[in-house]
Amino acid sequence: MKRVVITGAGTINALGHSVADTMEAMREARCGIGPLKLRDVERLSIQIGGQVRGFEAEGRYNRQQISLYDRFTQFTLAAAKEAIDQAGITFSGEDAAKSGVVLGTAGGGVSTWDDNYRSVYEGGKNRVHPFVVPKLMNNAAASHVSMEHNLKGPSFTVSTACASSNHAMAQAFQMVRTGMAPVMVTGGSESMLCFGGVKAWEGLRVMSKDACRPFSANRNGMVQGEGAGVFVFEEYEHARARSAEVLCEVAGFAMSSDASDIVMPSKNGAARAMAGALQDARINAEDVGYINAHGTGTAANDKTECAAVADVFGPHADRLMISSTKSMHGHLIGGTGAVELLACIMALRDGVIAPTIGYQEPDPECALDVVPNEARDASVDVVLSNAFAFGGMNAVIALRRI
Amino acid sequence: MSILDKVIGIIAEQALLETSDVTENSTLEELGIDSLGLIECIFAIEEAFDITVPFNANEPTKGDFDISNVKAITGGIERLIAEKTG
Repeated sequence: MKRVVITGAGTINALGHSVADTMEAMREARCGIGPLKLRDVERLSIQIGGQVRGFEAEGRYNRQQISLYDRFTQFTLAAAKEAIDQAGITFSGEDAAKSGVVLGTAGGGVSTWDDNYRSVYEGGKNRVHPFVVPKLMNNAAASHVSMEHNLKGPSFTVSTACASSNHAMAQAFQMVRTGMAPVMVTGGSESMLCFGGVKAWEGLRVMSKDACRPFSANRNGMVQGEGAGVFVFEEYEHARARSAEVLCEVAGFAMSSDASDIVMPSKNGAARAMAGALQDARINAEDVGYINAHGTGTAANDKTECAAVADVFGPHADRLMISSTKSMHGHLIGGTGAVELLACIMALRDGVIAPTIGYQEPDPECALDVVPNEARDASVDVVLSNAFAFGGMNAVIALRRI
Repeated sequence: MSILDKVIGIIAEQALLETSDVTENSTLEELGIDSLGLIECIFAIEEAFDITVPFNANEPTKGDFDISNVKAITGGIERLIAEKTG
């Protein structure tokens, strides 16, 4: 088994257009959630979100590219470029032939579906742009990253709702760990903040109209976000041979399925994923200093997640820190685990724990150290990143300081 | 059909029961309607009466809309219809 390290990170989300800006916002406990600006917003009952601002496709991409790139692909390409630039790697020869791209997304080109349905149903048009299909397909982003960076190995897209990115990164990790690929570009993206994307979520009645306040007794639901997070996962010796800067080590992962309910989470499924990740990484529960929570801000998730943490960690649950950065960037659905991995890297590399903002009232059912409202300096050696999806599909990743 | 009869019809359909099994005093819980079933009932009520029911699944007992039994739900609907036409 080979060791796997992260040598590059890139992002675009409501907190910033780069890793540096995003981490600065997390350190300063800034909120990226605000009034949604999108067509027909007045017909929505939920009018807030973690929208990416100031990101114009024009100027970044040419006319032909824009005709092929849905917003989720645009975000992915921007984040992938940042990550691969940081890693300082170019792919050629055998590295190119073996390295690939595994990305997560729940919806893929949602706004492309939305715009074109609108045009044929509401607008009565009988013709759509010839590239609608290649633009909206869930694997479009992974394909364009492979083309842009000459990645010719195994590439595909994983779609497990809110755990998509964690499942994708776990898969990429496994490919590097087993020696199948020297480098994998991985992470995920989502861009559902269009009329149809928000309207669909409204139906479930789990969305907050004012703020995402995970673990706070007065929380009243989740808030959608958008964006991408992309990382370079590299075999340790491969990274050392080219003197690459290592951000942290990916130590292990586990996946589990609740096999019980299509939307209600299960304590047991979450606990099995966390315990499994520790076992896979050969880490003692007492060594975990921080957990980046799934922490959606819904009643169902937060109580279940805290109970699962208590089950897995026992008395140590009261000593570790757990925060939900969704309070700042919103829930990026299929892209969320990728953006949240940045908080894990910041904890391990910089010794800064991202806070749970919007925390106003303690909830006895979530009585853990949720790092309320302000970032905290703390040295941690091992962290977990949780993702628990609708459909009961869970994926937890363990990371270690190096 | 009265509002109460319509509500009983919606709830009976959701609970897979005969309308005669649902009374004014029935609670959703005793009819076997879970949280997903409740969300579907509220959706059906909104569609049937052309109203918007203020209900957040994260705080089901907090809103103005009382879901403690069939009678309370019917009362809530009557009020929302009155507010709309008033």
